[in-house]
Amino acid sequence: MPHSIARAEVQRLLEQGAQLVEVLPRWEYEEEHLPGAINIPLKELDRETTAQLKRDAPVIVYCHDYQ
Amino acid sequence: MSSRAAWRLEGLGFERVYDYVPGKADWSASGLPTEGTLARVPTIGDAARQDVPTCALEEKISDARDRIRAAGWDACVVVNKERVVLGLLREKELASDAKATAEEVMRNGPATFRPDEPLEKMAKRMRERGARTVLVTTSDGRLVGLVYREDAKHLAGVPT
Repeated sequence: MPHSIARAEVQRLLEQGAQLVEVLPRWEYEEEHLPGAINIPLKELDRETTAQLKRDAPVIVYCHDYQ
Repeated sequence: MSSRAAWRLEGLGFERVYDYVPGKADWSASGLPTEGTLARVPTIGDAARQDVPTCALEEKISDARDRIRAAGWDACVVVNKERVVLGLLREKELASDAKATAEEVMRNGPATFRPDEPLEKMAKRMRERGARTVLVTTSDGRLVGLVYREDAKHLAGVPT
């Protein structure tokens, strides 16, 4: 079950090498995203697009807010 | 949307998946840096003087005044131990009864703005309203800094 986390935990996990994934559409990602985040829009999230993610590091997903 | 993505990733075999539910809005509103085309727009967080003096509710005006003036400031933000903004002392309050506490004379609940507000818009707003300064806090009320209109004008490149 995925864990919901707050900002401080995001920062702590990033220091430990976590991967950030923005799941919003590409145009929203291009306008503004968290430093170092990659973009995999929810509609494109599958085995092929997630192959770029390391399986041995945490993955943090986010969108705009409580959407 | 991020919850569905997190569940999908788990379904794809990822074992350590976290969902940052408050997301980009929370990150940006806290004044943390972002990347992208809109991230280049100067914000009031960029112009906020983070070294603005602070004092506690119980501090005597005489003590606060000496400390603040010695540091070359004309304002002081009243905060609690978590740096949550409770009030503001300007020249008028700092010149009031020396024996009073900050709590007794402060401007209660001053207006605050988030660090991701575009600076150009704020500079124009400050000019229109004749505001010399605005307070900047995170979305949970913690002090980021104080923006002076002159700084906003300079950084945003707009006339005052």
